[in-house]
Amino acid sequence: MSKPPSPPEARSHQELARLQRLMAEALFSPLNAGWGMRRKARDGRSMETVAASFIKPNDRLTSFERLEIYNRQYWFRLLDCLYDDYPGVRGILGERRFMKLAKAYLSRHPSRSYSLRDLGDRLEQFLREISQEPGWTGRHPELLLMARDMARFEWAQIVAFDAASAPAITPDDILNVPPSDLRFNLQPYLSLLSLDYAVDEFSTALRDDEALRSEASHAIDSQPGSNPQQSRRSLPKREKIRLAVHRCDNLIYFKRLEPEAFRILRSLQRGLSLEEACGKAIASSRRKNVDWAEEIRECFACWASLGWLTPATEPPCPARAASPAQAVRAVQADP
Amino acid sequence: MPANRFNGFTDYGIGIGLRVPHYRHILAEKPVVDWFEIISENFMVDGGRPLEVLDAILDQYRVVQHGVAIYFGSADRLNRDHLKKLKRLVRRTGTPWLSDHLCWGSVDGRYTHDLLPMPYTFAAARWTARKIREASDFLEVPICVENVSSYAEFHASEMTEWEFLSEVVEQADCGILLDVNNIYVSSQNHRFDPYDYLNQISHQRVGQIHIAGHSKFEKYTLDTHDHPVLDPVWKMYAHALHLCGQTATLLEWDDRIPSFEEVHNEALKANQFIKDVKATIPA
Repeated sequence: MSKPPSPPEARSHQELARLQRLMAEALFSPLNAGWGMRRKARDGRSMETVAASFIKPNDRLTSFERLEIYNRQYWFRLLDCLYDDYPGVRGILGERRFMKLAKAYLSRHPSRSYSLRDLGDRLEQFLREISQEPGWTGRHPELLLMARDMARFEWAQIVAFDAASAPAITPDDILNVPPSDLRFNLQPYLSLLSLDYAVDEFSTALRDDEALRSEASHAIDSQPGSNPQQSRRSLPKREKIRLAVHRCDNLIYFKRLEPEAFRILRSLQRGLSLEEACGKAIASSRRKNVDWAEEIRECFACWASLGWLTPATEPPCPARAASPAQAVRAVQADP
Repeated sequence: MPANRFNGFTDYGIGIGLRVPHYRHILAEKPVVDWFEIISENFMVDGGRPLEVLDAILDQYRVVQHGVAIYFGSADRLNRDHLKKLKRLVRRTGTPWLSDHLCWGSVDGRYTHDLLPMPYTFAAARWTARKIREASDFLEVPICVENVSSYAEFHASEMTEWEFLSEVVEQADCGILLDVNNIYVSSQNHRFDPYDYLNQISHQRVGQIHIAGHSKFEKYTLDTHDHPVLDPVWKMYAHALHLCGQTATLLEWDDRIPSFEEVHNEALKANQFIKDVKATIPA
């Protein structure tokens, strides 16, 4: 049997790092079912032995109990944060499943950011990972799929809350630009989501009649104990939806998009010209007898008024005058 | 030391922490407040509502930045991305000084989001001071480090907490954000005399003072920031003012936050102690 490592003395930078790793491992270790520190460390050693190796006891608390205060603080703080930031995921899974998920998520993906705002940035990825693992799907495999869509939707709201904005396009940006060269970026705060469940309706039903999520997660400002009503509503229905999650006047909104509008925006986001984006969207549309020029003009007017479109990073080369309608006409003339 | 190089030679009075539940009241009513302390990390974002609120506050009030995540004491190197965003915020707020905690909280890029106590060793002091100096050079603003409340002590420690604080601030040549509530909490948990702490630190380096409430449990005292300031802490505050002079003072109230008026009135109780200190200064 190998000799246990000597307790770190913190008399050098390396030793300081070793002591901090030792303590952090204890803090990151999940709590037991009674919300206390586990008796065994991950390496199988007694946690009492580990704690006693670097933490002094006092006249009221053992080393284990003193370390446990920090272990519990870590988990309470981070679980509270996920609890507040993902009410929709919680509403779908229910409290018990949500807490199990949150603990497993944080165990596999500890925070990598100085800001608690980013705590859930890999939650959707984690839900994808565990969908293939036994023990998670159980009798309700669809719950995880719903939760995954909801996690994407709720993360998009965090992005919409405080991501950057860029100057929106002006008429000058599109004047004298041929449709084939007309390119736009989308606002950094705008997320386009293609989802399999109507999580937007579910989320709306969960909320008060106040504005949608006016505040996102903040380490210090979050109020633990704020416990939105647990929903007894029916789960999100299976429905292919396409959403834009955005902000306007610094309030968060979401908007359902028609498939063609979604494809155009997605293509613009990927750097295609307006002409190419419209062409792809129309070519893949199942709808017949549509006045595409009119429809796209309306969409474009709406997106422009919401400030979603921003000038492309690459300046377009000036040529002849163009407009969205002209772009559509160009597409229609060139199938 | 009302104005010194560690608080940008300012003479700020009593401030309170800017907290979300008070935004609407502050923006609508524009109450008279000497200054607000903001949590830097809450505003180190690229856009949206946080910056809109901050700009509206900056139009009316003086703001000082207080951070919770630099982790000067972590063995990790400084997070450059964090510092760049912090510097951008420093330029936006014009904060005359900036504070963060004398603690650690990240390991190998993983964050605990807690303010963890340091082992009080000379090596840890050297490393921490070096990081404070680096941050100060980069941010181009005076830094004050805050003593944290703690619930554990390390076998490895070679000195008391106040000796460690002094060692760090001397080596870093930085200021102190003296949290008298944290001293009280730690003194209860580790059985030392909090007045020894107050008496033995470098008073001319104190750029700001924090006061707050705490909670007593059977076996330990917890720094909860969810109560009014308790009497033993007010007494320590009065003593700290006698040692340091009138100093920018901030009430922290972060949980179970009552109305703006209640928080502000609690903070303004500090005025009485400041008057007492002024009365003792010969004309």
